[in-house]
Amino acid sequence: MKKYTYTEKKDTRSGFGAGLLEAGKKNKQVVALCADLVGSLKMDAFIKEFPERFFQIGIAEANMMGIAAGMTIGGKIPFTGTFANFSTGRVYDQIRQSIAYSNKNVKICASHAGLTLGEDGATHQILEDIGLMKMLPGMTVINPCDYNQTKAATIAIAEYEGPVYLRFGRPVVPVFTDADQKFEIGKAWMVNEGTDVTIFATGHLVWKAIEAGEKLAELGINAEIINIHTIKPLDEKAVLASVAKTGCIVTAEEHNRLGGLGDSIAQVLARNNPAPQEYVAVNDSFGESGTPDQLMKKYGLETEDIINAVQKVIKRK
Amino acid sequence: MNSDIDKLQQIASQVRRDIVRMVHGCQSGHPGGSLGCADFFVALYFHIMKHKTEFNMNGTNEDLFFLSNGHISPVWYSVLARSGYFEVSELATFRKLNSRLQGHPTTHEHLPGIRIASGSLGQGMSVAIGAALSKKLNGDDSLVFSLHGDGELQEGQIWEAALYAPYNKVDNLISTIDVNGQQIDGSTENVLSLGNLRAKWEAFNWDVLEMNGNDMNDVVRVLELARSKTGKGKPIMILMQTMMGNGVDFMMHSHKWHGAAPNDEQLASALSQLEETLGDY
Repeated sequence: MKKYTYTEKKDTRSGFGAGLLEAGKKNKQVVALCADLVGSLKMDAFIKEFPERFFQIGIAEANMMGIAAGMTIGGKIPFTGTFANFSTGRVYDQIRQSIAYSNKNVKICASHAGLTLGEDGATHQILEDIGLMKMLPGMTVINPCDYNQTKAATIAIAEYEGPVYLRFGRPVVPVFTDADQKFEIGKAWMVNEGTDVTIFATGHLVWKAIEAGEKLAELGINAEIINIHTIKPLDEKAVLASVAKTGCIVTAEEHNRLGGLGDSIAQVLARNNPAPQEYVAVNDSFGESGTPDQLMKKYGLETEDIINAVQKVIKRK
Repeated sequence: MNSDIDKLQQIASQVRRDIVRMVHGCQSGHPGGSLGCADFFVALYFHIMKHKTEFNMNGTNEDLFFLSNGHISPVWYSVLARSGYFEVSELATFRKLNSRLQGHPTTHEHLPGIRIASGSLGQGMSVAIGAALSKKLNGDDSLVFSLHGDGELQEGQIWEAALYAPYNKVDNLISTIDVNGQQIDGSTENVLSLGNLRAKWEAFNWDVLEMNGNDMNDVVRVLELARSKTGKGKPIMILMQTMMGNGVDFMMHSHKWHGAAPNDEQLASALSQLEETLGDY
């Protein structure tokens, strides 16, 4: 079992900010738009370097999505930035018609996704965004796991032609992936090979899956851990290869149980190789105010919850 | 100039024939607003805009047009075909299965001339602003035109865009509103009054012009005036008075032909009022 360690914790949104700056340096067609959340989205470095390529839209997310779609006509690669809730639910029809159906090369970059937004509460803690975005034909949906991976993903999506939803978060979390990694859209990342169960995790839950894997090893359970950073297109080959080996799975995500990573994987299994599955996800409810740690505990998204789910699913084999 | 106007009027007559025939052919679609805007579209594509019929999505160094009220697709399709973007025979496929001429315009079927999907209302002004900003970044001094329905102004996104464009000096944009006073459920006055549109757009700091959208002389004059006002720090707004159903007597003075198709008898009556100038498709 490969050991993962970290020396620092950083927020994934800062990974986005660093990646945006890098993408802007690599390609002058990259432009950034923000709906009055520059600081929260960590866009300051890009703005300082490329003031003429930054567009402050104000608190008008619908207009932002439309302007971004229009800017692709002329060859720009727009990155929109606001909270995940305002990046999806608030502007679903704008994304659907002007971006997805129109196949525009817009990168919808969404911070503060999920419960770990914390104290602001349920109005801001969207837990449905992965589902909303993955249902749009042609939309790529990415949810990286740490600072380095978010930075790499941000650079990668600038080089990919087509609409993308990039989801990241607010709190600082362990930085455990390589700083110089190459991000491959749609390719699952094998974190640790195992034989007894597969844990498919995305976003902030990947580190918790690694912690769970170490504790499970002490209990004599050899867990395979796979980071599904790209929820759509899903790496079906990797999913099926792993399940063929382990025979049961746990999915872990900071999202509603309905419509998220777990459902995407369940569908692949149902069509190809049905296997017992347990979900570590929010059980079809809204969130609430609290610290990120308190909320992850209350809503069952902790390392312990993954361990319990593994023990449960193994019994169902 | 007069012969130019005559020519544009002749094209407009054929476009109106195309509109009623297309809508009759599939027994669905929106003839009312299409007929009302025929003169505007013809003036735009045959006289005002600098554009290329060899379609390129980026539209570099050419004027671009965005239709925000996508339901009046028949008039746009007719004008695109008549100006050479695709064969006029394709107009017969409007709203039928496997057609590139979808009920509402889309890029999805790769129909030349269309750069964004529209239909769900209120989105086109934002898109036009985006395209205009892109042109500025590219050092491309051609213009962006957009058209909106007056009922469409009830959508909130329009006002987000209305606020943005003047503040950010998007002065390579000429937006037009089709002020026909009608929407599906009745007159705009009865459904949700728009109040004083001129005062509203001036308050948002647009350069506002007014035009009679069913007088080709006035359409050409005001569109040329609008072009001369670009590049001066403000976006241009044209409030275009039109008559829904213009050109077909029984379709005028009512909102009932907003989204209804004529039967065989009505088609014959409509066509008898519209000269066939370029040959039917």
